[in-house]
Amino acid sequence: MGKNLCKIYSIDEIAANITDVVIESEFIASNAKPGQFLHIDCGDEINNFLRRPISICDVYDNKVRFIFEVKGNGTNRLAAKKRGDILDVLGPLGNGFTVSDEYKQPMIVGGGIGIFPLLNLAKQFDKKAEVFLGFRNKDRLVMENEFKAVSKDVSIVSDDGSCGIKGLVTEPLINRLENGVGDIIYACGPTPMLRAVKTLAEKYKVKCQLSLEQRMGCGIGACLVCSCQTVFTGTKKYKKVCADGPVFWSDEVTLND
Amino acid sequence: MLAVIEGNDKTVVDMKVNIAGVEFKNPVITASGTFGFGKEFSQYIDISKLGGITLKGLTLAPREGNKPPRIAETPAGILNSVGLQNPGIEDFLKDELPAIKNLDTVLIANISGNTIEDYCSIAEKLSDSDIDMIEMNISCPNVKSGGIVFGTQPETVNKITGEVKKHCKKPLIVKLSPNVTDITEIARAAEAGGADALSLINTILGMKIDIHTKRPVLANNVGGLSGPAVKPVAVRMVWQVANAVKVPLIGMGGIMTGEDAVEFMLAGATAVAVGTGMFKDPEMSVKVVNGIEKYLKDKGINDVKELIGAVIPN
Repeated sequence: MGKNLCKIYSIDEIAANITDVVIESEFIASNAKPGQFLHIDCGDEINNFLRRPISICDVYDNKVRFIFEVKGNGTNRLAAKKRGDILDVLGPLGNGFTVSDEYKQPMIVGGGIGIFPLLNLAKQFDKKAEVFLGFRNKDRLVMENEFKAVSKDVSIVSDDGSCGIKGLVTEPLINRLENGVGDIIYACGPTPMLRAVKTLAEKYKVKCQLSLEQRMGCGIGACLVCSCQTVFTGTKKYKKVCADGPVFWSDEVTLND
Repeated sequence: MLAVIEGNDKTVVDMKVNIAGVEFKNPVITASGTFGFGKEFSQYIDISKLGGITLKGLTLAPREGNKPPRIAETPAGILNSVGLQNPGIEDFLKDELPAIKNLDTVLIANISGNTIEDYCSIAEKLSDSDIDMIEMNISCPNVKSGGIVFGTQPETVNKITGEVKKHCKKPLIVKLSPNVTDITEIARAAEAGGADALSLINTILGMKIDIHTKRPVLANNVGGLSGPAVKPVAVRMVWQVANAVKVPLIGMGGIMTGEDAVEFMLAGATAVAVGTGMFKDPEMSVKVVNGIEKYLKDKGINDVKELIGAVIPN
């Protein structure tokens, strides 16, 4: 919460069209929880009227790191910023992942650009988390060593087998769940992956939190554009991804939007 | 006559305006649908610095709104198709109003319905509340029944305004749709029906198509355009309506700065509303207040009311 003018400490392209940014902000760094996001003004209000919601990847000292894929004009302009430039950032926003000592065997599942908010989450579990990361191919593989440094184990999966195991990121997860391992699953990635993880959590009766994505307006819960369908005792209801989420318990969301 | 003396920071500027007997400490209001029920923005601004706030549109029963995606970005603006998602009038009065009723700003409730009876019933329920004014939305482009169907024919505008007036003890603002051939006809009909003030413009119906998937970006296919893209249309309509009616106007559409607000006031608006711009900058409403004040000081004008309708047409 809060509007911050933050200096860019570093900005690097870590894979084709994937930009890794570290900004300076004592306020965000000391308040951010894993899974929360920033709402960033990319400049050029004619072509990017709206801010861009980007999840927080990591925080340390007075630094905040976020990583994004260039998808359109807004992210393109953001990627063109230089070290020392000032960014207008709202945040930290939204509700992040529920982290608790009660979870002894956390399973963390990320797909594509959905892996970025999971680094700071994995760090919270003191090398207890088992991490499953899915990529399209080896050219998209990033942050493997960073995840390995903070996790108990990291499984890499790719669509074409060019890195790690060939297949779906849920396959190694199923193996672990079959063996009775895992008392909570956290996931962020494309909706089909989230649906698969939600189904697995139900099948194996494991708690599960999902981080959702939706086109946003204000980012602070006022405009009601970033809705997702939720269900509670049979009643369907739209909730706000920005303010009620972006992290939801998997049994709360239908993923049918 | 405008004062022509050189202005400076010591100039005391009277920012107060009056609409239908309600005094606003300054002419800046938030636009309905962009400000929730107030609490979200209270982390970013001191709401008591605003002339008024217009709350998210209310209906008799709760409404879930349209399927997402509900927003698309367009040049200098956005399209939205929220579809009047709201908790319903009863939950609003119980859960939302208590938190904001003591704010030192004018509270304007915005109401919608499927039938004239719906509008009358909500207006009645709000009449005994701490709400200061009621804005009647007969111009929402995002719902299938009600909304805009009432707002595009002079006869129905006249009728619904007259009926709601009978049930409404608060000053009634009628919000006009720009999606009409001649907005002055609609404005006159609302005035004749007893509207105490008019607000304009609501969003302009628009569409965006993803050329890769060949599908509209909005799940609702079409939605309402807002933001700076609509500003010239809004200024023109305020000017036309100001020349057609006597009731005060609240002008809105793409206001991002004090200068934008001044333009609306010169066109004939007594007050202005800031909406979509707050998505760019949550502090924008207060910046617009400061911007108007700075303009007045720079020009040596000591009363904001001198701006109202002061455009000099060619």
